[in-house]
Formats: sequence, structure tokens, C-alpha cells
Amino acid sequence: MAQAGECIAIIGPSGSGKTTLLNILATALKPSLGTVVVLGENPWKLSKSSLKRLRSKIGLVHQAPPIPLRQRVITAILAGRLGQWPLWKSILSLFYPVDITGPQSCLERLDLTDKLFDRCDCLSGGQLQRVGVARVMYQEPRLILADEPVSAMDPVLSDLTISVLIEEAKKRNATLVASLHAVDIALRWFPRIIGIRDGQIIFDLPSSEVSEPILRELYASELGGLPIQASSTAT
Amino acid sequence: MIAPINTQPARQFCLKCLLTLLILFGLTIASFVYLSLNPANLFTLEALRNMAQFIGRFFPPDLSADFLEKIWQGILQTLAISALATLIAATLSLGLSLPVSGRFGPAAKGLTRFICNFLRSVPELVWAALMVLAVGLGPFAGTLALTLHTTGVLGRLFGESLENHPIAPSNALMLSGSGRVTSFLYGTLPGIAPQLLSYSLYRWEMNIRMATILGFVGAGGLGQMLYYELSLLREAQASTVIIAMLLLVVFVDMVSNKLRRIQMHNQG
Amino acid sequence: MQTSVISRDPATPYRFMGLLLAIGILWPMLQLAQFEPKLLVDPKNIQVMGDFLVQFFPPNIQATFLSLVLKATVETLAMATAGIALAMVIAVPLGLIISYSLSISRIGPTSDHQFAQSIRFLARSFMLILRGIPEIVWALLLVRVFGLGAIAGVLAIAITYGGMLAKVYSEILESGNTLPARALILSGSNRITAFLYGLLPGSAQELASYTVYRWECSVRASVVMGFVGAGGLGQLMDQSMKMLNGGEVSTILVVFLGLVLLADYISLIIRKQLA
Repeated sequence: MAQAGECIAIIGPSGSGKTTLLNILATALKPSLGTVVVLGENPWKLSKSSLKRLRSKIGLVHQAPPIPLRQRVITAILAGRLGQWPLWKSILSLFYPVDITGPQSCLERLDLTDKLFDRCDCLSGGQLQRVGVARVMYQEPRLILADEPVSAMDPVLSDLTISVLIEEAKKRNATLVASLHAVDIALRWFPRIIGIRDGQIIFDLPSSEVSEPILRELYASELGGLPIQASSTAT
Repeated sequence: MIAPINTQPARQFCLKCLLTLLILFGLTIASFVYLSLNPANLFTLEALRNMAQFIGRFFPPDLSADFLEKIWQGILQTLAISALATLIAATLSLGLSLPVSGRFGPAAKGLTRFICNFLRSVPELVWAALMVLAVGLGPFAGTLALTLHTTGVLGRLFGESLENHPIAPSNALMLSGSGRVTSFLYGTLPGIAPQLLSYSLYRWEMNIRMATILGFVGAGGLGQMLYYELSLLREAQASTVIIAMLLLVVFVDMVSNKLRRIQMHNQG
Repeated sequence: MQTSVISRDPATPYRFMGLLLAIGILWPMLQLAQFEPKLLVDPKNIQVMGDFLVQFFPPNIQATFLSLVLKATVETLAMATAGIALAMVIAVPLGLIISYSLSISRIGPTSDHQFAQSIRFLARSFMLILRGIPEIVWALLLVRVFGLGAIAGVLAIAITYGGMLAKVYSEILESGNTLPARALILSGSNRITAFLYGLLPGSAQELASYTVYRWECSVRASVVMGFVGAGGLGQLMDQSMKMLNGGEVSTILVVFLGLVLLADYISLIIRKQLA
């Protein structure tokens, strides 16, 4: 249902199934009903090697980046291309990074250049999330899936990260699907919004058509109104 | 509010325990009888005199410079055997840990677990005797024997370490197309490396002890020296070797205790 | 803000030095250990080993041999049990002497504090010697005194495991609840009574459990000591290997593995019954 190069945001109350949907798209979960087609193929009907190849074209940004803390940032980012490298190259890179400029430019866009050779346990939550984004950027996938990629970041950083993700998608005509907790970010950056609640898609509209009453109905069960990121002010 | 008084009775008299103890006692007596071994015989005047004479021949130990040089070589050889064996075993176990933890499927898991269990159940000395058959007398046989045994031990330990580690990082890498080996190297290994290192060092310590005695079947090190000196009835030299063995073990013990204390200090 | 392009991994010099250091240690190690992998593929060696291994199947199950094996197995078990029994005879008094929780001098002022300390120090050093020398070395020496056979093995186990048990007994006694014992000592009872009534009830299970575990280890050790002539399955295996009789060796190996499993099972049952 998504065209190449689209940018879609998924919003909904906690526990509505946003992560599940992304995991299905990432070929991590098998749907119990129906079929799923990702990048033109049904992943559950593919052979092992074809599935590997498909997965190397999908980049998943996790909410809590699953990066071993004792690893250095550069190795964590290089891991993005493991699916595309032959075995000898992967092993060689453990001893001496085969590509330094690539990860460096990814970090530059996320304003983290000076952390390139640091260990991941020296980073804050927001910095670690950005490393996760950098890894996916380095991977250069055709489908970018982001599960609450800015949950640990302040407003300025969130804007920066989301803009980088969208820029990346547009640059290579890749599809970006991001689940977000803060509604205002979704409305500001994404042309198409999908609302999910209790595992069902409630609406699928261009962002201009998403009005306040629709949102209130989506988040009816959330206490305290709509989740909104504090407004970003230029510093 | 007053806390309720514990009204449980004191430990019950355990009939089962008493019976078990009686059976064990009986079996123990039976063992002595079977071996025709009367402990009292050991303490007769004759036996004590024999022992005293025997022990007397061991003092004073031979401390000549030449012999001490040989002892030093023996110590180095013992250390080399144990270090090499532990190193090779750790490398092999790293590879084995993947199938042992089940990442290559249940069949591979069963097979590799069986191999590891077999390797570690056979005592090091038996392996050494077998390796002497395979490659002749000397330290190489000792190294091979310790390598085989240690691979069994570390293979199991590494595999269990791997199983108990969260699988999220390597799963995430597999979702971006990585293979099982590379996702292990990049995703899990950085996390479990300290524990694997700690197991390996612990095993090295035990292997030093083992390497000193493998020589009894001809596998090099201080053990081979001791066997040689005793078979030539050169007790003075033999006692030097024994003292050297003792000092080596005590030294290694002290060093490892100190290292462990430093490591705990760093982690705390 | 334009940052300069970093073209080299800053960790490289350290890694390179580490590599040089590793090679610098590895090379002499390989020389010392006379590491020659090509011996493994030497045709002469392969033939000897091959012939030997081929005889493994089928294992020797002739009745005469099997009865020998059975006798040796029983002898091994007897060695282990007798050895542990004697080890306890050594370990119990030694452990009591060493254990701090029975130290009268530590609780209050006494005149022979120095004396008690030195006794404890001597006892600990004695224990270290007993434990530090591997049991097989003891076995080798004792075979010279008592001749080939199980006696040397039993005594070797008694000596080494006596030292080991003493250490662990003292640790268990020290780590348990020491208040009852101290109370008894403070009210004037002597050490033995304090031990029997104060420490033993609480630690009895742990002490027994460790002793049974050590018995299991001693079964394995008894087999190993047979290689220096101390009887049991080990001596049988040594003889069969010297004659390059693969069939016999494979039988003994299987029996040995079974024995280890059996000892494991027995120790589990005993520990459950004593719980």
C-alpha cells in the first residue's frame, strides 16, 4: 500500500500495535492472518539466501538500539553493511575498520562526529539512538523502518534526526515508515499519517486532513490529552 | 503489633538420614575389607620406620646450579604447554559455542554437546597417554591432550554463556541481512567477551596444575622430569622437582587471587 | 562546522603493538612446547594410531576380560571410599584447628593468643602442602614405599583430599551462623562441645554435601592414579595401552564413562537422602 519514496508516519496510543506492525514489515514477525508483501516479495515464501538479500535492503531503527555497549561507535555503524559484505571483509573490519569516511559522514549529519571512536557505553540515550540511525543510514536500505526513533531526544535533536531520516529517504527514493509517539512531529514532517489503535488501522490520511477531532478519537483512552513534543525554539 | 512467634518445632529427627549414614558407614568398612587394608597396619613401628627412611632420602634436595637450570626449563615448558593448550582450546571453543548454543539448529546442538561431553569426561591423563601413542613422547602430546580436554570444558561453558546472553543485538543484525557468524561476532561477542576471557583464564590456571603431572605418561613438563628422576632413584633431585611444582602452584594461586581482586575492584 | 577528516583508526598503534607482543610471546612458547603439528600427519604415527583406533570396534567383551574389568571397577570404588574415609579422619581435626569460629583467643583476652595463632599458621601451611602436591605425585611416591596396588592410591587420596576437605570444612564452618558457637564458648564450654552443639547442626548438610561431591571426584582420581601403579581401572587401562590393545582400551573407556555417570547418580541420591 506504499509507493517507493513515500514518507509515512504511524501514530497511536501506547500498546496499539505500532511496534508489531513495524516488526512484521521488517520480516521479524510472521503475520498470523493474511500475507505481507515487502519490496515486491512475500518474505515468508523465500529461500534463506533470498530472505537475507531482502533483509539487507530493509533498515530497522529500534527504539532501544540493540548495540553491545562495549563496542565502539564505528564498529556499530559498520555493522549496517554486514548483509552486503563477504565474510572476509566482515572479519577484517573487526581488527581494522575497512571504511572510516562512510560512518564519519553519517555521524556528521547527526552532529555526533567527535564520538566516532568512542565506546557506546560512553553515550547518552539520545546519542545512542542517533548511532542506531547512523547504522541504518550507512546500510543505505530501500526501506527504512523507524520504531520511535526520537523517544529519548529533546525537541531540537528530534527535529534534526527526523529531518535527516527524511532527507536520506528522499535522496535515494527509499520508503520511510516511522512510528512516533509525539503527534506534532508526525504532522510537521510527514505527508501521510496512519493512525492505529488496538491493532486496527483507524485512518490513513494525508497529514493536512488529520484534524483535531480525529486525533482525539484516536487517543481517547490516553489520559491527559494528546502526546505532543514541547515546541522547538531556535537556540 | 507483636510479631507472631515461630511455632515450628526444632529439626525433626531424620530417620532417613540415620539409615543413609549407617549404610555409608557399612560400605566404607566393606571397602577397607575388600582391599585388605587395615589402617592400623600403617602405623606399626616397622611401617613408620620405613616411611621415615624413605622421606629421609629426599633431604637435602639438589640445589646445584645445573639442575636448577633444568628445573627452570621444566617450569617454562609446563607453562608453555598449558598456555598454548588453553589458547587453542579457547579459539576452537569460540567457534563451537555457536552450534552448542543452538544457533545452527537442534541437530548441530546435540552433536556438538555430545562431542564436548566426551572430550571433557575423559581425564587429561588418559588423553595424554593416547596422544603419546599418536605423536610420541614429549610436550607436544601434553599440549594436544590438554587442548582436547579443555575444548570440551570451554565449549560447554562458552555455549552456556552464549545461551544466557540477550539475543536482541544479533537478531537485529540478522534482520539487516547479516549471516549467523557475523551477527554473532558483531552483536553478541562484545558483550560476552569478558566472561569468556574469565573462563579461559580460570581454565589456564587449572591447566598449569594438570600440565605438571601429564609428564608421568611422558607428555613433557615437570612431570616427566619427576618420573625420570624417581625411576633412576635420584630422590634428592626428585624432591627439588616436587618443591618446584609446589612453588609453581602456590605462585599461580597468588597471582590469580590478586588479579581477581583487581578485576572486582575495577568492576565495582 | 567543518571537522577535519580522520583517516586512521586511533586504536591502531595499540593494536599493532599488542600484535607484536603476542607474536613475541607465542613464538618462544611454540618452541618450548615443541609444537610440531606435522607429527600428527606423519605416516608412521598415523599407522600406529590408526591400527590402535581400528581395534576400538568392536570393544573386547570376552568374559575373562570383563571379569577383570569388573574387579578393577570394584577396586576403584573401594579405593575412593576408603580414601575419603581416611581423608575425613585427617580433615576433621585439621579443619577444627584452622577454623576461626572456634578460636577462643579471638573472643576474649587470653594468655596464649600467640601460641594459638602459630598453631593455626602451622596447620594452614601443613594443609597447603597436602593440597598443593597433586594426588598423583603422592601416589607415585607411595608406590615406592608400599609397592604397586591400591594402598598407595588410598593413601594418596587420603592425603590430598584430607587437605582439601580441611580447607573447605573450615570455610563452611566460618561462613555459617557462628553465634551459637561463640555463645557456648563465652559461657565456658570447650571447643569440641561448642563445635558439636553450636556449629555442626547448622552446617551439617553443607559439610556432608561437599564430602559426597569430593567422593565423586576421588572416583575419577582413583582411575587416574592407576596409571602410576595404584591399582583399579587405571592400572588396567595403562597395561592395555602399553600392549596397544585397542579393543581392551575401548571397553575400559566405556566402563569408565559409565562409572563416572554412576558415581554422579549415587552422589545425587545420597545428597537427596541427607537433605
